[in-house]
Amino acid sequence: MPAAILRVLASPAARRVGRAAQLVMAVAFGAAAASQVELAVNGVFLGSILALGAIGITLIYGVLRFANIAQGDMMTFGAYLAFFLLVSVLPEQAGLGPFTFGFPLLVAIPISMAGVAALAVGMEILVFRRLRLRRANLVTIEIASLGLAIAVRGVVQMIWDTPVRYYPHEGREHISLPAGVSVAPNHLFVAGAALLLAIGLHLLLTRTKPGKAMRATSDNPDLARASGIDTDRVLLWTWAIGGLLAGAAGVLLVIFNATSQLKPTIGFQLLVPLFAAVIVGGIGNPYGAFLGAMLIGVSMEVSTAWALPTYKPAIAFLVMVLVLLFRPSGLLGARD
Amino acid sequence: MLEYLTAFLILVGVYSVFTLGLNLHWGYTGLFNIGVAGFFALGAYTASLVAIRPPLPDQGEDYLYAGDLANRLDAVSAIAPFDLWFPVALLAASLVAGMVAVAVGAITIRLRGDYLAIATLGIAESVRLVFLNESWLSNGSRGIYTIPRVLGELASPQDYDRVYLFIVLAVFAALFLLVRTLVRSPWGRVLRAIREDEVTARACGKDVFRFKLQAFVLGAVIMAIGGALYAFNIRAISPIAFTPLLGTFIIWAMLVVGGSGRLYGPIAGAFVVWAIWSGSQFTPNALALLPDALGDPVLAALEGVGLANVRYFAIGALVVLVLLYAPAGITPALDRLRRRLPGGRGPGDARPG
Repeated sequence: MPAAILRVLASPAARRVGRAAQLVMAVAFGAAAASQVELAVNGVFLGSILALGAIGITLIYGVLRFANIAQGDMMTFGAYLAFFLLVSVLPEQAGLGPFTFGFPLLVAIPISMAGVAALAVGMEILVFRRLRLRRANLVTIEIASLGLAIAVRGVVQMIWDTPVRYYPHEGREHISLPAGVSVAPNHLFVAGAALLLAIGLHLLLTRTKPGKAMRATSDNPDLARASGIDTDRVLLWTWAIGGLLAGAAGVLLVIFNATSQLKPTIGFQLLVPLFAAVIVGGIGNPYGAFLGAMLIGVSMEVSTAWALPTYKPAIAFLVMVLVLLFRPSGLLGARD
Repeated sequence: MLEYLTAFLILVGVYSVFTLGLNLHWGYTGLFNIGVAGFFALGAYTASLVAIRPPLPDQGEDYLYAGDLANRLDAVSAIAPFDLWFPVALLAASLVAGMVAVAVGAITIRLRGDYLAIATLGIAESVRLVFLNESWLSNGSRGIYTIPRVLGELASPQDYDRVYLFIVLAVFAALFLLVRTLVRSPWGRVLRAIREDEVTARACGKDVFRFKLQAFVLGAVIMAIGGALYAFNIRAISPIAFTPLLGTFIIWAMLVVGGSGRLYGPIAGAFVVWAIWSGSQFTPNALALLPDALGDPVLAALEGVGLANVRYFAIGALVVLVLLYAPAGITPALDRLRRRLPGGRGPGDARPG
């Protein structure tokens, strides 16, 4: 019996519990406070990428009432489009200022966004519109989006195969911020780009005719149609915007990592955090999706202080379940 | 050839079990589960862990717990005509998956359908991550590879596949009869009513949540038994076996192709999809039979993009095409075939449910 106890105490699990206890004590004594802040800051950066994907999902849900599972693989497609442009089309250039990437990336981002938007519009015309004409129920449409997710990843793998790829990149030092926080310059770029896109979307939704038509359709499709809004056109707009955001998120996801790893699974792997962000924020509400993405991003990064980094998707899921227990319709969701 | 056919049929049987569970979820109750892989993995790991021998630390096996049932119940099985540990392992797998399903279902089934989908996907991911990272529990990425043979003392290792095929078919038949009886019972009628119109079912005084939860747990248990059957076939499992593609998506493809909400169609769906999936690895051999001028360019193109990648695309496209052009799957075609056979009794299975 004592032997068994010793074996349990010496096990990696017990050691991990010990490490976690040490960390908790360290935090309690303030020694690790700076690194906690740093993790939270990193979480905001991760959250800004999640926000782009989550806003796309929530916008499409708003007008079509189904959760687009292909969103993650649309991100993957965008990331690979940029890879193609950077390696085969655009000239290679030295890193831009403090960033690991050169000027060509700034050209590649909008082209990838447009490419994914075209893919999304194509999916709407070829698959989703036809299914709606057949009066297929919503979950059937959702299964079709799962099928498209797998098919898109298949196309990516057929063109670029499965090994890990890299964008052209250079090594760069972290920047020191106040409170002893150091950040990778790329993270600042990612957050800036995401914020720019979010503000652009906000202006589009509140100041332009297509944006207002989208909000009207999301609120009440029948009333929107009765007031003369061409809802089919609104759907195309919505898919295009979802695609643009997914394309940007895909590229930003690759430059987010210091090592710039690109794999065919990067988008699908983000599905749980993306949907967690959508649901935590209140499904159908783009501002909620932004808020949810920040909460999920910060939770995922801060959790690495006591859990293995590979558990990050599980943490996102856990936060989602916790929020749902107390607010079943999400933080900013309408109660239904 | 015969060995290949046996191995093929075993996997068709195992995947038919998963399809049966998913059919109960989606086909009969309308529960959108895209995390089949989670219950699959729970069943496979639980059944394996209760059956295998204790770990040998000097061989780098650092998992702590092993039921060693295959040896402990050995003395008993000398009296009984079959391996007692095997049903116990299936029972353990069912219990664990059932408990997880109750916990997940109780939280998420009350919410809207899309949320259950994400919850099941989240569970599947979390389960995979736990088995991957907690090596004290599951030997980590090295997986578990000392899984004993069922009825090991009755059949020589060369004959194991043939014996095991009958075990798989027997377990599937039992589960199939159970599901058939249940969905044709008043309980099954309530499930279909919920699938068609939840509000009306509630207005008729049915406790929708309880029925949904029961169907969810039963389906999850069936999936876990499928996972256990899978583990004792391959006899070595690791977290990479439970990817969303092979653990969840291909099962959806089988159900959609077979016709969800039907009893017999999904079995045919499992057969057809698995035949396409596992048969397509022989495409290069088949192309070699063609005249060189015809076969070589295709072969070169296939090598260029990678056969595995083409299969990936094809399985996704297949589901989309079936949903677009044959929403009932192959069931209507099966019914036509049955009517044409002598003594065919008309569209028995064709009526929904």
